[in-house]
Amino acid sequence: MVGVGESDLGVTGLSIYQLQTQAARAALGEAGLGLSDVDGLATTGVERFSATAMAEYWGLQPAWVSSTMEGGSSFEFMVGAAVDAIRSRRCEVVLISYGSNQRSAASRRLGGVAEAHTPSTQYEAPYGVLSPLSLYAMAAQRHFHEYGTTGEQLAEIAVAAREWALLNPKAYCYGAGSLTADDVLASPMISTPLHRLDCCLVVDGGGAVVLTSLDRARDMPKPSVRVLGCGQSITHISMSQMPDLTRTGAVEAGARAFAEAGVGPDDVDVVELYDSFTITVLLTLEALGFCDRGEGGAFVADGRTRPGGTFPMNTNGGGLSYCHPGMYGVLLLVEAVRQLRGEAGDRQVPGAELALAHGTGGLLSTHGTVILGSDR
Amino acid sequence: MTPGVSPEAREWWEATRDCRLLVQSCRSCGHRQHYPRAICLRCEGVDLGWVEAAGGGTVYSFTHSHRSPDPAAFEPPYTIAIVTLDEGPRILTTVTGTGIRCDARVRLGWKPLADGRNLPVFETDPEEN
Repeated sequence: MVGVGESDLGVTGLSIYQLQTQAARAALGEAGLGLSDVDGLATTGVERFSATAMAEYWGLQPAWVSSTMEGGSSFEFMVGAAVDAIRSRRCEVVLISYGSNQRSAASRRLGGVAEAHTPSTQYEAPYGVLSPLSLYAMAAQRHFHEYGTTGEQLAEIAVAAREWALLNPKAYCYGAGSLTADDVLASPMISTPLHRLDCCLVVDGGGAVVLTSLDRARDMPKPSVRVLGCGQSITHISMSQMPDLTRTGAVEAGARAFAEAGVGPDDVDVVELYDSFTITVLLTLEALGFCDRGEGGAFVADGRTRPGGTFPMNTNGGGLSYCHPGMYGVLLLVEAVRQLRGEAGDRQVPGAELALAHGTGGLLSTHGTVILGSDR
Repeated sequence: MTPGVSPEAREWWEATRDCRLLVQSCRSCGHRQHYPRAICLRCEGVDLGWVEAAGGGTVYSFTHSHRSPDPAAFEPPYTIAIVTLDEGPRILTTVTGTGIRCDARVRLGWKPLADGRNLPVFETDPEEN
């Protein structure tokens, strides 16, 4: 990875195409490249022909494209595909980019996106489900039931995210002040047991990542970051079809990525975990093996994931307090790369050399783990 | 809203007019599954029939929803749940009644749709909790 960048974040009044252009220019600029150097393009969430549409907007005719749509983890899936494409010489420079104006366009719907022919629309939407929220809430409820996890333990994940956001000038909640667990528990109930502050932001934003071969990367301006391992897993898309509400596909995705990278959970210096909801993080910590199954609540409760703690996590402030533009996974990669380059300013994890980014999309449906290392 | 009817679920939806909940059953291996599909998830057989659910189930998980995608149709709070049918498969539904919790026993009921079909819904079972 030779370049990363963000678009404007928050409430922007910009189009998807403008946000993508900002993010792409920022990421390519870091690598000393322009759009005309891009011969591989991966993006999603633009329209049905996402990569084709962005290529046209930018006047490109790339040799390789991907519009894979796996929700918020799409970008972690794209990294694996991009590495394969570069290794097999289908293309040399891959741009992974994303932008969403969901806040400015008021395009988010509590019931989610309904496609008339799908099983979810036929068998689940008629009950008034909130999609994806109802499923995450039921996962949390089941975790409480099986393991005695509490709302206060979940709240700590939001509290820690806010502490990191206070160190990130680009965070939506930068300057918003600290949170306490009581603040989270006192925020309006959305869907038991999840409160408003257990849920991510709904804002505009975008991000981009540029990948190329290691040989070429070493001639570029920024210290390059190596993709050491990727792993993916999908388990279901309808709520009733999730095999186990307290065990996600991150178990398989993580194991595949760790095996490819030849490292384990104890080797990782900094983790960026998709935090659509607080419960998403707790389940992912367990699934990736950072703690035992059922112990996520106790693991986070001592504050170890906060700035200065022994387990730096979601160091940009996460989707909970930094930015969540509908599909957040690209911004996990952006932050991981900045941490490995030592560019994260006040929130820098000292000496970070190995980072893990894990994207979770849909209704705990899709899981993509990417393990990154500094090229030292 | 009135849900669509996919061709593989025509009999399933028709049975709801008589307040009967069908579970798809494989004639080759006996596997039961919900929702209805064109193939058995266990043996990949395509000779599929139906069994009628007896109406008992257990709450796998639930959430009291304080927001609604359509407040005119679903006035909060209401309870979304995944119920494990006694026949095996899980179904997304709503649950009413007292004592809603994970692993609570529930009984099948029905909610009318505008076109004469019915939606399977559940109520906590006072005799079994």
